[in-house]
Amino acid sequence: MRRLRGALAPYLMILPGGLWMAVFFVVPLVFMFSVSLMTGNIIDGFKQTWHWQNYTDGFHTYGDKLVRSLWYGLLATVACIALAYPAAYWIAFKGGRRKSTYLFLLLLPFFVSFVLRTLAWKLVLTDNGPLLGPLRNHGLLPSDFHVLDSGFAVVSGLTYNFLPFMVLPIYVALERIDYRVIEASYDLYASRTQAFLRVVLPLSLPGVFAGVIMTFVPVASDYVNSEVLGGPNNVMIGHIIRTEYFDNSSYALASALSFSLMALLLVGIFAYARALGTEDVLEAAGR
Amino acid sequence: MTTTLGKPAASAPAPAKRRRRARRDGLGLRLYTWLIIAWLMLPIAIMILFGFNDTHSKQNFQWEGFTLRWYQHLFDKGDLTRALWNSVSIALLSTVITTVLGTFVGIALGRFRFRGKGVTNLVLFAAISCPEIVMGSSLLSMFVSLDLPRGYWTVLIAHVMFSISFVAVTVRARVVGLDPKVEEAAKDLGAGPVETFRLVTLPMIMPGVLSGALLAFALSIDDFVITNFTSGSTVTFPLWVYASTRTGTPPQVNVMGTLIFAVGVLLAVVSARRGRRT
Repeated sequence: MRRLRGALAPYLMILPGGLWMAVFFVVPLVFMFSVSLMTGNIIDGFKQTWHWQNYTDGFHTYGDKLVRSLWYGLLATVACIALAYPAAYWIAFKGGRRKSTYLFLLLLPFFVSFVLRTLAWKLVLTDNGPLLGPLRNHGLLPSDFHVLDSGFAVVSGLTYNFLPFMVLPIYVALERIDYRVIEASYDLYASRTQAFLRVVLPLSLPGVFAGVIMTFVPVASDYVNSEVLGGPNNVMIGHIIRTEYFDNSSYALASALSFSLMALLLVGIFAYARALGTEDVLEAAGR
Repeated sequence: MTTTLGKPAASAPAPAKRRRRARRDGLGLRLYTWLIIAWLMLPIAIMILFGFNDTHSKQNFQWEGFTLRWYQHLFDKGDLTRALWNSVSIALLSTVITTVLGTFVGIALGRFRFRGKGVTNLVLFAAISCPEIVMGSSLLSMFVSLDLPRGYWTVLIAHVMFSISFVAVTVRARVVGLDPKVEEAAKDLGAGPVETFRLVTLPMIMPGVLSGALLAFALSIDDFVITNFTSGSTVTFPLWVYASTRTGTPPQVNVMGTLIFAVGVLLAVVSARRGRRT
């Protein structure tokens, strides 16, 4: 009896949370997949007809938006790595006793709501806003200078919003490096460049990988930045999915698009995580 | 600094030179890091500043002088206040539920070997890396298919769903680091499973539970995308702010943002101080 209870213990502990995840995460995905194969409209109702054409229709109509989302995602992720790495490097190796203070400063934006942050960034980029306005009035910028409503504005907003997600895992990976390993490379006559490229960089790559997972997926599927900063010509797939659901009520097409987006991103991520070991990535994500 | 002149060892001058060089490019990187910090802070500074703006138009992006008016009339906009209250109460409720559910999942995963562990890990990982819009739209698909009305409770359900995995992972990391012998010792001293859990296990994993709870609160109060899909006609703070962009965001939003920012920073600093002391 006692042993039976011992064997049941983990299941009893998993049960409530696991049930919640099953009913509100896994089952909805099944529902969405089912809806994505339906035909019909909001007035007459939707019927299950195994209409796979929803997928090809989606790709046909919105393929360019999907590609653009992946492209913006890639650009913003690369920008995040480029901006985050040197800062994380300096904090990890030269931060001294104030390491956690610097890290805290880099994470400060998280204390402001994501939507508010995006709006504040829009304010920075606004033509007559508090930053560009004075610059223009003093002739420091040409009068036809304009950033908002461009792809650049969207990518800059995405980079701004997700940079801390990249700093953290890279910092953790760099911080873990035993300094003696670097010293050993110097003793073996490595130059500073060689020591960086052949010792520090490879050891920090797991952090970069974790950072890529934590930024690329939310960036590529975001619609807030493209709606606030991008204007009508830089629409991303998230915006299409949202408007197909709410403005056009074409649930089937929207579900097909959403499911494709998930399949595309998750398959990529799982392949990527498999290659690197799931536990490591999860651990980094949990921090 | 001592001179290395005249020393026979060929490697001796190199470290000194290296050290000097290291300090020099350390300066470049230091400036760079501060520039990044400044860039991250710039929009926040503007947000805070424009909460003090004596604006008279609906658009709040031109500086018209200093005022404390918006702090005095913080709760003048009834629907905004209600939205903020919705956000806070949903965040509190979902934090409590999530922390309880997620902590048990985290302990089970960190402590036991059992069939189905791999699947549980997989689901948690999928939930953490799943795009928010996919979670939101699939929940909406389900609610629409079942003809369930969307509102406060569906938002709460969704918030618990997307935070459980974060709490579980945080707690699991803490549990893995524990020495199981301590619990065995408690049992040897006659404690039953419930007493062991309450008096030994729980206090030891408490830091993990608390940071998981903080994370859950932060995720919930900030969420826009999933809430957008599951809220029906219920409005939360991020939703209200987003909708206001079309007509002009009132300065009260800046003030609320500033206050949330201040409270968050204060809590973080205090808990970090405490963590250092213990």
